[in-house]
Amino acid sequence: MSRTQNSKLKTQNSAIVEVRGLKKYFPVFSGLFTQRVVGWVKAVDDVSFSIRRGETLGLVGESGCGKTTTGRCILQLERVTEGEILFEGQDLTRLGDAELRLLRRHMQIVFQDPYSSLNPRMTIGQIIGEPIWVHRLLRDRGECRDRVEELLTLVGLNPLMAQRYPHELSGGQRQRVGIARALALEARFVVCDEPVSALDVSIQAQIINLLEELQGRFSLTYLFIAHDLSVVRHISDRIVVMYLGRVAEIADRVELYESPLHPYTQALLSAVPVPDPAVEAQRERVVLKGEVPSPMNPPSGCVFHPRCPIAVEECGQIVPQLREIRPDHWVACSRV
Amino acid sequence: MARETAIATKSFSGFSFLKGWAGVALHFTRRRPLGAAGALIIVIMLLAATLARLISPYDPLTTDYAAMLQAPSAAHWFGTDSFGRDVLSRIIYGARTALWVGFSSSFVGATLGAIIGVASAYFGGKVDLIVQRFMDLLLSFPLIVLALVVVAVLGTGTVNVILAIMVPMVPRCALVVRSSGLSLRQTPFIDAARALGFGHARIIFRHMLPNVMAPFLIMLTAFLGQAILLEASLSFLGLGVAEPTPAWGLMLKGAAVEFAETAPWMAVYPGLAISLSVFAFNLFGDSLRDALDPKLRVS
Repeated sequence: MSRTQNSKLKTQNSAIVEVRGLKKYFPVFSGLFTQRVVGWVKAVDDVSFSIRRGETLGLVGESGCGKTTTGRCILQLERVTEGEILFEGQDLTRLGDAELRLLRRHMQIVFQDPYSSLNPRMTIGQIIGEPIWVHRLLRDRGECRDRVEELLTLVGLNPLMAQRYPHELSGGQRQRVGIARALALEARFVVCDEPVSALDVSIQAQIINLLEELQGRFSLTYLFIAHDLSVVRHISDRIVVMYLGRVAEIADRVELYESPLHPYTQALLSAVPVPDPAVEAQRERVVLKGEVPSPMNPPSGCVFHPRCPIAVEECGQIVPQLREIRPDHWVACSRV
Repeated sequence: MARETAIATKSFSGFSFLKGWAGVALHFTRRRPLGAAGALIIVIMLLAATLARLISPYDPLTTDYAAMLQAPSAAHWFGTDSFGRDVLSRIIYGARTALWVGFSSSFVGATLGAIIGVASAYFGGKVDLIVQRFMDLLLSFPLIVLALVVVAVLGTGTVNVILAIMVPMVPRCALVVRSSGLSLRQTPFIDAARALGFGHARIIFRHMLPNVMAPFLIMLTAFLGQAILLEASLSFLGLGVAEPTPAWGLMLKGAAVEFAETAPWMAVYPGLAISLSVFAFNLFGDSLRDALDPKLRVS
């Protein structure tokens, strides 16, 4: 193996983002005159994982499990309650406003809702051009316009779209603009917060393909947040499964879909219908009993234990830690 | 070929822009005839103010003791006052004062209020709390009392009157704009702006303010009527515009009271001018609010 290949392998495996013990609690206020904090919604509770350079890390879980909050915390759109977010070795939670602002050009976000993620009062050209101008990547108006047109072409839009306003575009086109905006600053890391769940299925595929193409071209790293398991399976290299603000399982894509170890992951995967009616009728489904508990008052011990098919008494007392059961396959369950 | 299409698109968009405005005006007239009537009166006032020199029959400041206290006639349509000045001319010139004071005070007041409201909503937390309590403090005074205080501190004169009327406007606009700003702050494009590393000022002025245009315009037109009324009140109380500047509130004062029975036209016509303009601005403001904000619409 040559030296360059070796170093390439090394950079591929090194983490671009490391989340350590991330906690995000939202206060719950009560009282008519005195606003007292009566409780905390534990949206994200002690979550740790790392994102390797150049990979796509899928983040799945049902609604309300804290996956979006995790993404927002990584980008410092929410102040974290506790924990560290290391971006290329630098702890973002300790940076001041000005330092953070400079780092922000390396990490961007694509939002779920293509309708409210673009300023309705600005043209597409202004939306994409503004960050380039603000960060002084280009100082000349003409060059800036050329760069906007280049970015529009890159995401598969007509450069003439620069003159248009967001309301003149379709949902898929707007999402492309959102991607172009995220790329305008040549970001290395992009959080995709359910970028396709608001789109038609036919458009979803186009956007997914575009994201993959851009990743190959600019060696981007994605944190892909979604609840659609088939989409995540398609795009991700590794997958993190979250339940009620905690990580249940982290594994390689193939490994996770072939042999899920955590009972929650098993239930989640078995909820996906099989296209073949014969198989669908015969297969055994893991159906969870009960509802998702409130994150304000999560169950003691393992948060999944009241609904878990294999839970024993001690699951209600001991919080299971993530353990590496197989190489690169981490599970937070004491029964596995 | 490509160039041709570009030109075609351009000329088409220019045309549709004009057509759009005419269409909006026509639609507005059909749906809200009262608002359109208000708008018509406002337009007439604006024309009177700008063309005062051309359309007023006499100079508003020239005294003519030969023609003192004359009843309305062909020569003096609205009669003359105790100095022999033509009332109609003074009303036409008075529109200038009213509109100048009204527009500038409500525009500056509403703009300042909008900036404070949006900034307060954007920063949230402690900043929001402190700013809002201060605004509440200002709101606890009636309009005229606060204006009187400002005049008492700064003294009379047109600019001071504008300031005096502006100050009570600020908290009212800040309150309304803040509530729109609060929901705006949650929208993803504001998050996107933060993620792109934009400064606070840029986010407030470029991304939030343009998106609270509807409540801003509503507050602006609603203020205009009140500002004109307030200016007239202050002038009437001798704390506003000073003689001999033609102003509607001033015309109601002094000799007009003295001669109220023998020469009622001295008070009636400027009084009508004040009522009509305030009425027009209120009608237009209400209709504009209904047209711009579907949430407030009462069927």
